[in-house]
Amino acid sequence: MEMEMEIEAEKQHKFDVDLGNLMAFDSNHTFPSQPPLSREHLVNQCLLKATHLVQAVADALFTLPSTEDVDGPLVNLPAPLTKLPREKHLPKPKPPTKWEVFAKKKGIQNRKKDKIVYDEQSGTWKRRYGYDRANDEDAVPIIEAKETDDPAEDPFAKRKENKKKRIEKQDKNRLQNLKEAAKFGALPSHVQLAATALPITGTQAAPKKVTKDELGNVAGIAATATASGGKFDKKLPGEKPAKHKGKYRKFLPVVEGTGIGSQEREQTEKILNKIMSKNSHNILNVEKAVTMHNVKKEKKRRSDKGKASPADNKLKPEKKSFKKGNFKKGKKGK
Amino acid sequence: MLEIKTAKTRRGKRELEKRAPKLVESGKKTLILHGTKTSAVLNAVLAQIFHLKKDNAVKFSRKNENVKPFEAGGETSLEFFSLKTDCSIFLYGSHSKKRPDNLVLGRTYDHHIYDLVEVGVENFKPMESFSYDKKLAPKEGSKPFIVFIGEGFEAVEELKHLKEVLLELLRGEVVENLNLAGVDRAYVCAALSPNRVLFTHCALRLKKSGTVVPRMELVEVGPSMDFVIRRHRPPNEGLRKEAMKTSREKPKKKEKNVKRDELKGKIGSIYIPDQKVGETALPYNAKGVKRERREAKRKNDNDENAPKRKKEDA
Repeated sequence: MEMEMEIEAEKQHKFDVDLGNLMAFDSNHTFPSQPPLSREHLVNQCLLKATHLVQAVADALFTLPSTEDVDGPLVNLPAPLTKLPREKHLPKPKPPTKWEVFAKKKGIQNRKKDKIVYDEQSGTWKRRYGYDRANDEDAVPIIEAKETDDPAEDPFAKRKENKKKRIEKQDKNRLQNLKEAAKFGALPSHVQLAATALPITGTQAAPKKVTKDELGNVAGIAATATASGGKFDKKLPGEKPAKHKGKYRKFLPVVEGTGIGSQEREQTEKILNKIMSKNSHNILNVEKAVTMHNVKKEKKRRSDKGKASPADNKLKPEKKSFKKGNFKKGKKGK
Repeated sequence: MLEIKTAKTRRGKRELEKRAPKLVESGKKTLILHGTKTSAVLNAVLAQIFHLKKDNAVKFSRKNENVKPFEAGGETSLEFFSLKTDCSIFLYGSHSKKRPDNLVLGRTYDHHIYDLVEVGVENFKPMESFSYDKKLAPKEGSKPFIVFIGEGFEAVEELKHLKEVLLELLRGEVVENLNLAGVDRAYVCAALSPNRVLFTHCALRLKKSGTVVPRMELVEVGPSMDFVIRRHRPPNEGLRKEAMKTSREKPKKKEKNVKRDELKGKIGSIYIPDQKVGETALPYNAKGVKRERREAKRKNDNDENAPKRKKEDA
């Protein structure tokens, strides 16, 4: 054994040692091809050989510079020599957003902003963003009216509307940038783009999950479907009374009392007024009237002219066309 | 038409970030599963390999009908499992008349099958059949030595491939710092013939040798088995090239709490936790306690103090 060890020790430099993986490989050793060896003998031979190889790794490992630790000596392993394939592709660089492209073109650079800003209204220093922020336009309780303001407009509603629009715009931009990133396969790992509906017309959006509240409502309605209208039934936990109790339709009294006029007339007048007032601005649409007049004239002229070719007229329906070509033809006709 | 879905919780986000492609990868997880039929031998093989790799493996216990790695269409299910469990090495066991005790080792790249090696298991000896000093038993998750013996691993294409897969399967975590007191196991793979590999697991006994380097001794602790090469599918050349890509740049670690000043040079700031002066315990002088008890307490205190004084005197 000792002899063999020494002989093997000389051979050690011939082993391939990959210290990063603590691996050793002897590419020269061959096992006899005939199987006269018993299994036990073979395993023993392997283990003996393996011991030398392990010793070769240990020789390299234990001579590395080490630092003492509470748990034992620590060594710095070199990187593995054996090249192995990756698990996933290399992370791809994110394409610049539209703003980043624009900023670069214009030479706009990011500047650091203070987190805390002076608030004019309260005269204190407050956070720039977030809850209770400085110079918050949305928190102003009184908006002073100007001469130019439209009295019919609610400035608070307008403010809310504007804010909503800004959020929508930002969301749209974000989605656009994410789509672009997805094209390069560089979506941030925690973001997914999920199709809510296929871009084919007629497909429905994915069904929404029914909430607890809605279920309660439905249960309440369902419970009224008994002869007694659910009066004697036990209530389920979370069940809510049906929203619409009683009658939906109401009829006006048949006999009229003494009043200014009949109630029914009043009702119809009310509806009529509503419709009239709603459409009052476009009772006379000048533009429309003019085009209608023009079209009529055109038709008349055509019918005068077109007696020679009635088939041509038949083929073309009266539908308004948006194509340029058609429009030109009309001009030519003139 | 598109909806942006993001992680709802921080924890979920962290979990997704762990799975994202990285510049320097942290290590591959192993998925262990079996087909519709397995033999007792194969069950033991899978269970014991799982035991060896417990810190970094997932084992499925149900039958899998749809998994047939070598057949077209049989890999869909496997790729899905690989995606779900985030494993990129898999071990699939099956047993049939044509291929008894069949073990398929494979790797995935981007959750698609990268390569496959099929081996038959013979001469299996489970862990329980080895008797040895239990003090030597290797600890879970320790970094193993790996030894390959035989020219077959260089000369024969299949064995060369198997060597790479086995190395990847066995090597465990790639570490920078290693505790020398923690090396306690070795895997031995020997190419007995062009299609047969002996695999065994040994514990290491470190003996004093008089030098810095201890003398190594191997104690077989099992499992031990023979792998007989069957089918194999090397990686596609284009895919291999892509998978071997590495980046020269190292990911930078964010430097925190360090500033640089032109005059003072490098300035580090240290966080000192709140000392909580308001919450420190005060000497306990209760007033609501009955007089007898109060007096008894005072007396006891005096008794405790008394011997101390004596000691000081002495």
